[in-house]
Amino acid sequence: MKIYLSIILTAILTNNYILSKFLGICPFLGVSKKLNTAVGMSLAVIFVMVISSAVTYPLNTFLDNHGLGYLQTIVFILVIAALVQLIEITLKKYIPSLYKALGIYLPLITTNCAVLGVTILNITEGYTFLEGLVNSFGSGVGFLVAMVMFAGVREKLETADIPKFLQGLPITLVAASLTSLSFLGFSGLVEGIFA
Amino acid sequence: MAEKKTIFQEFSKGLLKENPVLRLVLGTCPTLATTTSLESAIGMGLSAAIVLVCSNIVISALRKVIPSKVRIPCYIVVIAGFVTIVQMLVKAYLPALNDMLGVYLPLIVVNCIILGRAEAFAGKNSVIRSAADGLGMGIGFTCALIIMGGIRELLGAGKLLGFQVLPETIPPMTIFVLAPGGFFVFGIVMACANRLAEKKGKPKAELHSCCSCPMAASCSLKDSDDKCENEKKEAAE
Repeated sequence: MKIYLSIILTAILTNNYILSKFLGICPFLGVSKKLNTAVGMSLAVIFVMVISSAVTYPLNTFLDNHGLGYLQTIVFILVIAALVQLIEITLKKYIPSLYKALGIYLPLITTNCAVLGVTILNITEGYTFLEGLVNSFGSGVGFLVAMVMFAGVREKLETADIPKFLQGLPITLVAASLTSLSFLGFSGLVEGIFA
Repeated sequence: MAEKKTIFQEFSKGLLKENPVLRLVLGTCPTLATTTSLESAIGMGLSAAIVLVCSNIVISALRKVIPSKVRIPCYIVVIAGFVTIVQMLVKAYLPALNDMLGVYLPLIVVNCIILGRAEAFAGKNSVIRSAADGLGMGIGFTCALIIMGGIRELLGAGKLLGFQVLPETIPPMTIFVLAPGGFFVFGIVMACANRLAEKKGKPKAELHSCCSCPMAASCSLKDSDDKCENEKKEAAE
Protein backbone atom coordinates (compact mmCIF):
# COMPACT_ATOMS: atom_id res chain seq x y z
CA MET A 1 0.00 0.00 0.00
CA LYS A 2 2.83 2.31 0.97
CA ILE A 3 4.45 2.04 -2.42
CA TYR A 4 1.27 3.00 -4.24
CA LEU A 5 0.81 6.05 -2.06
CA SER A 6 4.40 7.04 -2.66
CA ILE A 7 3.97 6.61 -6.43
CA ILE A 8 0.84 8.76 -6.44
CA LEU A 9 2.37 11.53 -4.37
CA THR A 10 5.54 11.53 -6.46
CA ALA A 11 3.52 11.76 -9.66
CA ILE A 12 1.37 14.62 -8.40
CA LEU A 13 3.83 16.73 -6.46
CA THR A 14 7.50 16.09 -7.12
CA ASN A 15 7.45 14.74 -10.65
CA ASN A 16 4.45 16.66 -11.91
CA TYR A 17 4.07 15.84 -15.59
CA ILE A 18 3.56 19.39 -16.72
CA LEU A 19 5.60 21.40 -14.30
CA SER A 20 8.68 19.29 -13.96
CA LYS A 21 8.67 16.79 -16.83
CA PHE A 22 7.30 19.13 -19.50
CA LEU A 23 4.87 16.61 -20.93
CA GLY A 24 1.57 17.90 -22.22
CA ILE A 25 2.61 21.53 -22.52
CA CYS A 26 0.38 22.18 -25.55
CA PRO A 27 -2.92 21.62 -23.70
CA PHE A 28 -1.42 23.26 -20.63
CA LEU A 29 -0.87 26.50 -22.50
CA GLY A 30 -3.76 26.16 -24.90
CA VAL A 31 -6.71 24.99 -22.85
CA SER A 32 -6.00 26.55 -19.48
CA LYS A 33 -7.69 29.85 -20.22
CA LYS A 34 -10.95 28.87 -18.57
CA LEU A 35 -11.38 26.76 -15.50
CA ASN A 36 -14.11 24.49 -16.84
CA THR A 37 -12.27 23.61 -20.06
CA ALA A 38 -9.14 22.98 -18.01
CA VAL A 39 -11.00 20.56 -15.77
CA GLY A 40 -12.74 18.81 -18.68
CA MET A 41 -9.50 18.35 -20.56
CA SER A 42 -7.70 17.02 -17.49
CA LEU A 43 -10.46 14.54 -16.68
CA ALA A 44 -10.29 13.25 -20.23
CA VAL A 45 -6.52 12.95 -19.88
CA ILE A 46 -6.80 10.96 -16.64
CA PHE A 47 -9.35 8.66 -18.25
CA VAL A 48 -7.29 8.01 -21.37
CA MET A 49 -4.02 7.71 -19.46
CA VAL A 50 -5.30 4.96 -17.18
CA ILE A 51 -7.01 3.00 -19.95
CA SER A 52 -4.10 3.25 -22.34
CA SER A 53 -1.57 2.11 -19.75
CA ALA A 54 -3.83 -0.81 -18.92
CA VAL A 55 -3.81 -1.79 -22.59
CA THR A 56 -0.20 -1.04 -23.51
CA TYR A 57 1.40 -2.76 -20.53
CA PRO A 58 0.38 -6.33 -21.49
CA LEU A 59 1.08 -5.50 -25.13
CA ASN A 60 4.63 -4.55 -24.23
CA THR A 61 5.13 -7.85 -22.44
CA PHE A 62 3.84 -9.62 -25.52
CA LEU A 63 6.22 -7.68 -27.79
CA ASP A 64 9.18 -8.35 -25.52
CA ASN A 65 8.43 -12.07 -25.37
CA HIS A 66 8.51 -12.25 -29.13
CA GLY A 67 11.67 -10.18 -29.51
CA LEU A 68 9.77 -7.29 -31.04
CA GLY A 69 10.67 -4.70 -28.42
CA TYR A 70 11.78 -2.24 -31.08
CA LEU A 71 8.19 -1.90 -32.29
CA GLN A 72 7.21 -0.33 -28.97
CA THR A 73 6.84 3.25 -30.18
CA ILE A 74 4.83 2.39 -33.29
CA VAL A 75 2.54 -0.04 -31.50
CA PHE A 76 1.93 2.26 -28.55
CA ILE A 77 0.98 5.31 -30.57
CA LEU A 78 -1.29 3.31 -32.84
CA VAL A 79 -2.97 1.56 -29.95
CA ILE A 80 -3.52 4.86 -28.17
CA ALA A 81 -4.92 6.48 -31.30
CA ALA A 82 -7.28 3.57 -31.93
CA LEU A 83 -8.25 3.42 -28.28
CA VAL A 84 -9.13 7.10 -28.11
CA GLN A 85 -11.26 6.72 -31.19
CA LEU A 86 -12.95 3.68 -29.68
CA ILE A 87 -13.61 5.46 -26.40
CA GLU A 88 -15.09 8.36 -28.29
CA ILE A 89 -17.48 6.14 -30.25
CA THR A 90 -18.49 4.12 -27.20
CA LEU A 91 -19.13 7.17 -25.09
CA LYS A 92 -21.16 8.79 -27.84
CA LYS A 93 -23.37 5.75 -28.12
CA TYR A 94 -23.78 4.61 -24.53
CA ILE A 95 -22.97 7.48 -22.17
CA PRO A 96 -23.92 10.64 -24.04
CA SER A 97 -23.73 12.81 -20.94
CA LEU A 98 -20.10 11.89 -20.36
CA TYR A 99 -19.43 12.32 -24.06
CA LYS A 100 -20.78 15.83 -23.87
CA ALA A 101 -18.44 16.65 -21.04
CA LEU A 102 -15.25 14.97 -22.27
CA GLY A 103 -15.84 14.10 -25.91
CA ILE A 104 -14.58 17.29 -27.45
CA TYR A 105 -11.21 16.86 -25.79
CA LEU A 106 -10.66 13.30 -26.90
CA PRO A 107 -9.34 13.87 -30.43
CA LEU A 108 -6.81 16.32 -29.02
CA ILE A 109 -5.50 13.72 -26.63
CA THR A 110 -4.36 11.28 -29.29
CA THR A 111 -1.27 13.32 -29.97
CA ASN A 112 -0.76 14.44 -26.41
CA CYS A 113 2.75 13.59 -25.32
CA ALA A 114 1.65 13.09 -21.72
CA VAL A 115 -0.35 10.00 -22.67
CA LEU A 116 2.35 8.35 -24.77
CA GLY A 117 4.88 9.52 -22.21
CA VAL A 118 3.19 7.85 -19.29
CA THR A 119 2.84 4.52 -21.08
CA ILE A 120 6.51 4.50 -22.05
CA LEU A 121 7.69 5.69 -18.64
CA ASN A 122 5.66 2.98 -16.89
CA ILE A 123 7.82 0.49 -18.73
CA THR A 124 11.19 2.20 -18.51
CA GLU A 125 10.69 2.78 -14.79
CA GLY A 126 10.14 -0.94 -14.37
CA TYR A 127 6.73 -0.67 -12.71
CA THR A 128 4.50 -3.70 -12.29
CA PHE A 129 1.08 -3.63 -13.94
CA LEU A 130 -0.69 -2.30 -10.88
CA GLU A 131 2.04 0.21 -10.07
CA GLY A 132 1.84 1.39 -13.64
CA LEU A 133 -1.89 1.96 -13.37
CA VAL A 134 -1.46 3.84 -10.12
CA ASN A 135 1.30 5.93 -11.68
CA SER A 136 -0.90 6.78 -14.66
CA PHE A 137 -3.72 7.81 -12.40
CA GLY A 138 -1.40 9.89 -10.25
CA SER A 139 0.16 11.56 -13.28
CA GLY A 140 -3.30 12.37 -14.58
CA VAL A 141 -4.28 13.90 -11.27
CA GLY A 142 -1.03 15.85 -11.28
CA PHE A 143 -1.99 17.12 -14.73
CA LEU A 144 -5.37 18.18 -13.34
CA VAL A 145 -3.80 19.96 -10.38
CA ALA A 146 -1.38 21.88 -12.58
CA MET A 147 -4.09 22.80 -15.08
CA VAL A 148 -6.50 24.03 -12.42
CA MET A 149 -3.84 26.01 -10.60
CA PHE A 150 -2.66 27.58 -13.78
CA ALA A 151 -6.18 28.39 -14.97
CA GLY A 152 -6.57 30.36 -11.75
CA VAL A 153 -3.32 32.19 -12.37
CA ARG A 154 -4.32 33.03 -15.90
CA GLU A 155 -7.66 34.45 -14.89
CA LYS A 156 -5.73 36.91 -12.73
CA LEU A 157 -3.43 37.68 -15.64
CA GLU A 158 -6.38 38.86 -17.72
CA THR A 159 -6.84 41.91 -15.57
CA ALA A 160 -3.23 42.50 -14.60
CA ASP A 161 -1.23 45.42 -15.90
CA ILE A 162 1.48 43.67 -17.88
CA PRO A 163 4.53 45.35 -19.41
CA LYS A 164 4.02 45.63 -23.15
CA PHE A 165 6.89 43.41 -24.19
CA LEU A 166 5.61 40.54 -22.07
CA GLN A 167 1.99 40.64 -23.17
CA GLY A 168 0.45 37.51 -24.59
CA LEU A 169 2.44 34.32 -24.68
CA PRO A 170 5.61 35.48 -22.84
CA ILE A 171 3.77 36.44 -19.64
CA THR A 172 1.94 33.13 -19.72
CA LEU A 173 5.26 31.32 -19.82
CA VAL A 174 6.74 33.43 -17.05
CA ALA A 175 3.64 32.72 -14.97
CA ALA A 176 4.08 29.02 -15.70
CA SER A 177 7.67 29.35 -14.55
CA LEU A 178 6.54 30.73 -11.20
CA THR A 179 3.88 28.03 -10.84
CA SER A 180 6.53 25.44 -11.53
CA LEU A 181 8.84 27.13 -9.02
CA SER A 182 6.25 26.59 -6.31
CA PHE A 183 6.26 22.87 -7.10
CA LEU A 184 10.04 22.75 -6.68
CA GLY A 185 9.35 23.21 -3.00
CA PHE A 186 7.93 19.70 -2.88
CA SER A 187 11.17 18.03 -3.93
CA GLY A 188 12.31 15.58 -1.34
CA LEU A 189 8.91 15.61 0.30
CA VAL A 190 7.86 12.11 -0.70
CA GLU A 191 11.20 10.60 0.27
CA GLY A 192 10.86 12.41 3.58
CA ILE A 193 7.45 10.94 4.28
CA PHE A 194 8.27 7.37 3.34
CA ALA A 195 11.85 7.24 4.57
CA MET B 1 -0.92 30.53 -51.01
CA ALA B 2 -1.59 32.76 -53.97
CA GLU B 3 1.85 32.72 -55.54
CA LYS B 4 3.99 29.68 -55.82
CA LYS B 5 7.08 30.02 -53.74
CA THR B 6 10.45 28.94 -55.00
CA ILE B 7 11.99 25.91 -53.42
CA PHE B 8 14.49 28.09 -51.60
CA GLN B 9 11.66 30.14 -50.13
CA GLU B 10 9.99 26.96 -48.89
CA PHE B 11 13.24 26.10 -47.19
CA SER B 12 14.00 29.52 -45.72
CA LYS B 13 10.55 30.28 -44.33
CA GLY B 14 11.06 27.73 -41.57
CA LEU B 15 14.17 29.48 -40.32
CA LEU B 16 12.70 32.83 -39.32
CA LYS B 17 9.37 33.81 -40.77
CA GLU B 18 7.56 30.65 -39.75
CA ASN B 19 9.96 29.31 -37.17
CA PRO B 20 8.05 26.38 -35.70
CA VAL B 21 8.92 27.14 -32.09
CA LEU B 22 9.13 30.90 -31.95
CA ARG B 23 6.45 31.85 -34.46
CA LEU B 24 4.03 28.92 -34.68
CA VAL B 25 4.50 27.83 -31.05
CA LEU B 26 4.64 24.14 -31.88
CA GLY B 27 6.69 21.45 -30.23
CA THR B 28 6.87 23.24 -26.91
CA CYS B 29 7.38 20.07 -24.87
CA PRO B 30 10.80 19.12 -26.29
CA THR B 31 11.75 22.79 -26.43
CA LEU B 32 11.38 23.02 -22.69
CA ALA B 33 12.41 19.53 -21.70
CA THR B 34 15.57 18.89 -23.69
CA THR B 35 17.23 22.28 -23.49
CA THR B 36 18.87 21.77 -20.12
CA SER B 37 22.17 21.60 -21.96
CA LEU B 38 23.32 22.69 -25.39
CA GLU B 39 24.35 19.16 -26.27
CA SER B 40 20.97 17.57 -25.65
CA ALA B 41 19.29 20.51 -27.40
CA ILE B 42 21.35 19.91 -30.54
CA GLY B 43 20.74 16.17 -30.32
CA MET B 44 17.00 16.63 -29.99
CA GLY B 45 16.85 19.23 -32.76
CA LEU B 46 18.77 17.11 -35.23
CA SER B 47 16.85 13.92 -34.43
CA ALA B 48 13.56 15.72 -34.94
CA ALA B 49 14.87 17.35 -38.12
CA ILE B 50 15.88 13.99 -39.60
CA VAL B 51 12.47 12.52 -38.81
CA LEU B 52 10.78 15.61 -40.20
CA VAL B 53 12.62 15.54 -43.53
CA CYS B 54 12.18 11.79 -44.02
CA SER B 55 8.53 11.73 -43.06
CA ASN B 56 7.78 14.78 -45.20
CA ILE B 57 9.38 13.08 -48.20
CA VAL B 58 7.54 9.78 -47.71
CA ILE B 59 4.18 11.35 -46.91
CA SER B 60 4.38 13.65 -49.86
CA ALA B 61 5.33 10.74 -52.14
CA LEU B 62 2.31 8.80 -50.85
CA ARG B 63 -0.09 11.73 -50.80
CA LYS B 64 -2.10 10.47 -53.76
CA VAL B 65 -2.33 6.93 -52.39
CA ILE B 66 -3.45 7.75 -48.85
CA PRO B 67 -7.24 8.13 -48.58
CA SER B 68 -7.97 11.45 -46.92
CA LYS B 69 -10.23 9.91 -44.27
CA VAL B 70 -7.50 7.83 -42.70
CA ARG B 71 -4.63 10.16 -43.44
CA ILE B 72 -3.79 11.04 -39.83
CA PRO B 73 -3.23 7.41 -38.74
CA CYS B 74 -1.19 6.85 -41.90
CA TYR B 75 0.95 9.88 -41.15
CA ILE B 76 1.44 8.68 -37.59
CA VAL B 77 2.63 5.26 -38.77
CA VAL B 78 5.14 6.81 -41.17
CA ILE B 79 6.42 9.18 -38.51
CA ALA B 80 6.59 6.46 -35.87
CA GLY B 81 8.58 4.30 -38.28
CA PHE B 82 11.21 6.97 -38.76
CA VAL B 83 11.29 7.77 -35.06
CA THR B 84 12.01 4.11 -34.35
CA ILE B 85 14.87 4.15 -36.87
CA VAL B 86 16.37 7.29 -35.33
CA GLN B 87 15.87 5.83 -31.85
CA MET B 88 17.75 2.65 -32.77
CA LEU B 89 20.57 4.60 -34.42
CA VAL B 90 20.97 6.92 -31.44
CA LYS B 91 20.90 3.97 -29.05
CA ALA B 92 23.58 2.17 -31.03
CA TYR B 93 25.97 5.00 -31.83
CA LEU B 94 25.28 7.78 -29.31
CA PRO B 95 24.30 6.00 -26.09
CA ALA B 96 25.15 9.08 -23.99
CA LEU B 97 22.68 11.18 -25.97
CA ASN B 98 20.10 8.42 -25.65
CA ASP B 99 20.39 8.57 -21.86
CA MET B 100 20.13 12.35 -21.94
CA LEU B 101 17.01 12.48 -24.09
CA GLY B 102 15.38 9.49 -22.43
CA VAL B 103 11.65 9.32 -23.02
CA TYR B 104 11.67 12.43 -25.19
CA LEU B 105 13.30 10.53 -28.04
CA PRO B 106 10.32 8.22 -28.70
CA LEU B 107 8.08 11.19 -27.97
CA ILE B 108 9.20 12.81 -31.23
CA VAL B 109 6.25 10.83 -32.64
CA VAL B 110 3.80 13.18 -31.01
CA ASN B 111 5.81 16.32 -31.71
CA CYS B 112 3.18 18.57 -33.25
CA ILE B 113 5.68 20.12 -35.64
CA ILE B 114 6.10 16.88 -37.54
CA LEU B 115 2.45 15.89 -37.74
CA GLY B 116 1.58 19.52 -38.35
CA ARG B 117 3.88 19.79 -41.35
CA ALA B 118 2.62 16.49 -42.70
CA GLU B 119 -0.94 17.71 -42.49
CA ALA B 120 -0.38 21.30 -43.54
CA PHE B 121 2.29 20.86 -46.18
CA ALA B 122 3.56 17.44 -47.17
CA GLY B 123 0.09 16.07 -47.80
CA LYS B 124 -0.50 18.70 -50.46
CA ASN B 125 2.86 19.45 -52.06
CA SER B 126 5.43 17.76 -54.26
CA VAL B 127 8.27 15.68 -52.86
CA ILE B 128 11.03 18.23 -53.46
CA ARG B 129 9.03 21.07 -51.96
CA SER B 130 8.14 18.96 -48.94
CA ALA B 131 11.76 17.99 -48.43
CA ALA B 132 12.79 21.66 -48.57
CA ASP B 133 10.00 22.57 -46.18
CA GLY B 134 10.98 19.78 -43.77
CA LEU B 135 14.65 20.73 -43.88
CA GLY B 136 13.88 24.40 -43.22
CA MET B 137 11.48 23.64 -40.40
CA GLY B 138 13.89 21.11 -38.91
CA ILE B 139 16.78 23.56 -38.95
CA GLY B 140 14.52 26.31 -37.57
CA PHE B 141 13.51 23.98 -34.73
CA THR B 142 17.15 23.09 -34.06
CA CYS B 143 18.15 26.78 -34.01
CA ALA B 144 15.42 27.63 -31.52
CA LEU B 145 16.53 24.74 -29.32
CA ILE B 146 20.17 25.84 -29.59
CA ILE B 147 19.25 29.36 -28.45
CA MET B 148 17.29 27.99 -25.50
CA GLY B 149 19.86 25.34 -24.62
CA GLY B 150 22.76 27.80 -24.92
CA ILE B 151 21.16 30.35 -22.60
CA ARG B 152 20.13 27.76 -20.05
CA GLU B 153 23.45 25.92 -19.94
CA LEU B 154 25.42 29.15 -19.82
CA LEU B 155 23.40 30.66 -16.98
CA GLY B 156 22.57 27.44 -15.18
CA ALA B 157 25.95 25.72 -15.26
CA GLY B 158 28.36 28.37 -16.55
CA LYS B 159 29.31 26.03 -19.36
CA LEU B 160 28.71 25.56 -23.07
CA LEU B 161 28.83 22.06 -24.51
CA GLY B 162 30.45 20.98 -21.26
CA PHE B 163 33.31 23.51 -21.41
CA GLN B 164 33.60 26.09 -18.67
CA VAL B 165 32.80 29.49 -20.20
CA LEU B 166 31.94 31.75 -17.32
CA PRO B 167 34.75 32.12 -14.75
CA GLU B 168 34.29 29.66 -11.93
CA THR B 169 34.21 32.46 -9.40
CA ILE B 170 30.69 33.28 -10.61
CA PRO B 171 28.38 30.75 -9.02
CA PRO B 172 26.04 29.25 -11.65
CA MET B 173 22.31 29.82 -11.24
CA THR B 174 21.11 26.25 -11.12
CA ILE B 175 17.48 27.36 -11.34
CA PHE B 176 17.94 27.91 -15.09
CA VAL B 177 18.63 24.22 -15.63
CA LEU B 178 15.61 23.25 -13.55
CA ALA B 179 12.02 23.31 -14.78
CA PRO B 180 11.07 26.88 -13.81
CA GLY B 181 14.12 28.22 -15.65
CA GLY B 182 12.92 26.45 -18.79
CA PHE B 183 9.58 28.23 -18.77
CA PHE B 184 11.22 31.52 -17.87
CA VAL B 185 13.88 31.44 -20.60
CA PHE B 186 11.26 30.38 -23.14
CA GLY B 187 9.08 33.31 -22.09
CA ILE B 188 11.91 35.79 -22.47
CA VAL B 189 13.09 34.35 -25.79
CA MET B 190 9.49 34.51 -26.97
CA ALA B 191 9.25 38.16 -25.93
CA CYS B 192 12.39 38.93 -27.93
CA ALA B 193 11.05 37.05 -30.95
CA ASN B 194 7.78 38.98 -30.69
CA ARG B 195 9.69 42.24 -30.53
CA LEU B 196 11.65 41.36 -33.66
CA ALA B 197 8.46 40.33 -35.42
CA GLU B 198 6.78 43.53 -34.39
CA LYS B 199 9.61 45.59 -35.83
CA LYS B 200 9.02 43.91 -39.15
CA GLY B 201 5.30 44.53 -38.87
CA LYS B 202 4.36 40.90 -38.33
CA PRO B 203 1.78 39.81 -35.78
CA LYS B 204 2.88 38.40 -32.46
CA ALA B 205 3.16 34.67 -32.00
CA GLU B 206 -0.23 33.33 -30.97
CA LEU B 207 -0.62 31.06 -28.04
CA HIS B 208 -3.22 28.76 -29.41
CA SER B 209 -2.61 28.66 -33.10
CA CYS B 210 -5.20 26.09 -34.06
CA CYS B 211 -4.50 26.69 -37.72
CA SER B 212 -1.16 24.95 -37.47
CA CYS B 213 -2.42 22.22 -35.18
CA PRO B 214 -2.78 18.87 -36.94
CA MET B 215 -5.89 18.03 -34.96
CA ALA B 216 -7.69 21.25 -35.87
CA ALA B 217 -9.99 19.49 -38.29
CA SER B 218 -11.35 17.07 -35.71
CA CYS B 219 -11.15 19.41 -32.74
CA SER B 220 -14.17 21.26 -31.55
CA LEU B 221 -12.66 23.61 -29.00
CA LYS B 222 -14.12 26.48 -30.87
CA ASP B 223 -13.98 29.10 -28.14
CA SER B 224 -10.36 29.93 -28.73
CA ASP B 225 -10.07 29.62 -32.46
CA ASP B 226 -12.68 31.77 -34.09
CA LYS B 227 -9.89 33.52 -35.88
CA CYS B 228 -8.70 30.23 -37.24
CA GLU B 229 -12.14 29.49 -38.65
CA ASN B 230 -12.08 32.78 -40.50
CA GLU B 231 -8.63 32.10 -41.85
CA LYS B 232 -9.73 28.69 -43.03
CA LYS B 233 -12.72 30.20 -44.77
CA GLU B 234 -10.50 32.73 -46.46
CA ALA B 235 -8.19 29.97 -47.58
CA ALA B 236 -11.11 28.04 -49.01
CA GLU B 237 -12.43 30.95 -50.99
